[in-house]
Amino acid sequence: MTGSMDLPAKGGFDFDLCRRNNMLEKNGLKLPGFLKTGTTIVGLVFQDGVVLGADTRATEGPIVADKNCEKIHFMAPNIYCCGAGTAADTEAVTDMVSSQLQLHRYATGRESRVITALTLLKSHLFRYQGHVSAALVLGGVDCTGPHLHTVYPHGSTDTLPFATMGSGSLAAMSVFESRFKEGLTREEGIELVSDAIRAGIFNDLGSGSNVDVCVITKGKTEYLRNHQLPNPRTYASSKGFSFTKGQTEVLSTKIIPLKQKVEVAEGGDAMEE
Amino acid sequence: MARFDPYENNGGTCVAVAGADYCVVAADTRLSVGYSILSRDHSKIAQLADKCVLASSGFQGDIKALQKALAAKELVYEHNNNKKMSCPAMAQLLSNTLYYKRFFPYYAFNVLAGLDTQGKGCVFTYDAVGSYERTGYSAQGTGSALMMPVLDNQLKSPSPLLLPARDAVTPLSESDAVDLVKDVFASATERDIYTGDRLEIVVINSSGTCRECIELRKD
Repeated sequence: MTGSMDLPAKGGFDFDLCRRNNMLEKNGLKLPGFLKTGTTIVGLVFQDGVVLGADTRATEGPIVADKNCEKIHFMAPNIYCCGAGTAADTEAVTDMVSSQLQLHRYATGRESRVITALTLLKSHLFRYQGHVSAALVLGGVDCTGPHLHTVYPHGSTDTLPFATMGSGSLAAMSVFESRFKEGLTREEGIELVSDAIRAGIFNDLGSGSNVDVCVITKGKTEYLRNHQLPNPRTYASSKGFSFTKGQTEVLSTKIIPLKQKVEVAEGGDAMEE
Repeated sequence: MARFDPYENNGGTCVAVAGADYCVVAADTRLSVGYSILSRDHSKIAQLADKCVLASSGFQGDIKALQKALAAKELVYEHNNNKKMSCPAMAQLLSNTLYYKRFFPYYAFNVLAGLDTQGKGCVFTYDAVGSYERTGYSAQGTGSALMMPVLDNQLKSPSPLLLPARDAVTPLSESDAVDLVKDVFASATERDIYTGDRLEIVVINSSGTCRECIELRKD
């Protein structure tokens, strides 16, 4: 019987439709865009642990799709990950590794280590050869101490005392490079991270809205959602707006009543649970 | 092969609303390129004549060149005709100037506004190659698609398809029109990354031209 032969396990992406898509694009079809986070994300190591920071704007080209999205993702109670790049990719990859870490915790009976999350992320991203567009700042504190890493879409990683990623990374890095030093206190760390994110928010058009901060120390994690809100709406009309019927000129109206196609019978069988 | 691209979009949005005896012209003051901000304080509004103002968004290099060309032609008109150019006259001149460069256009999206010869508000809206129309209000630029539907709803513009042809000028008072423009800009700033920093509002009426600035979101 044909089809009983074992095919090699299919992993990664299926590129069979690429030729068809290219032909369609040449004939004028506009492909749907991706929701990118056009972001500023940062992390730094201070004396008791790590501080992560992120802005909260998600863009679709020149339009702001979400004014207050969450870019600091949960990986483990002691490990968090900031994500820049395609929003779906960062969500999917962090959720997936977070689940894998939980299963691993059940199997080993121990707290997760940051390098475990790092290895799982980099091997996944390398396998997809950069097509999973996720650039991450991974930070946490485990039994071996505080750790901070950056992960690039193709799967390479760096281990750093302070890091920035996303379209606003240059603005944020300029703040870090002038003011970072080893052994910062918790307050100094939070302030430096907030200042770096604000540099991205105000100087990079792809970043904006609010500052999210996450402080991870041995035994305790504080997720400070909307730690700063430096961009309130500047003007709202006191009169308010009313959108009443008739305000938009209607040129013609046509009402077509639909014919009833379904007969409702009383006392039939109840649906299955 | 990388080719030299002569154009660049510096972003921003311009709006104008015509009233019975006034005209409100507004534009944000952000100049950007790519994901960076070049200036938070760059005016997009140029005064071409007494009661005539041009607001343009697009490539600021072409816009500066266009403003200079129009100012020069206006001066020549004054010398030849012994009077300042009226707003409808300037509207035709702008259209001709734009169409002259039909095959290497000015990357400028213009809104010309002011008072016509009867003192009524007039707004002329253009595309990049000079097609223009006198309307009651218009928005051009990166945030225009966000603003036009709200203006369409609030300014009760009669459809151009209706007969007899009706006046497009809004019955709103001057302060209500300014309030609407401020709110509509604040809303567009929330969702358009290229619009923001500061809003410059110019109001033209029988007593002259007055300028006002309000702050917008800077992120």
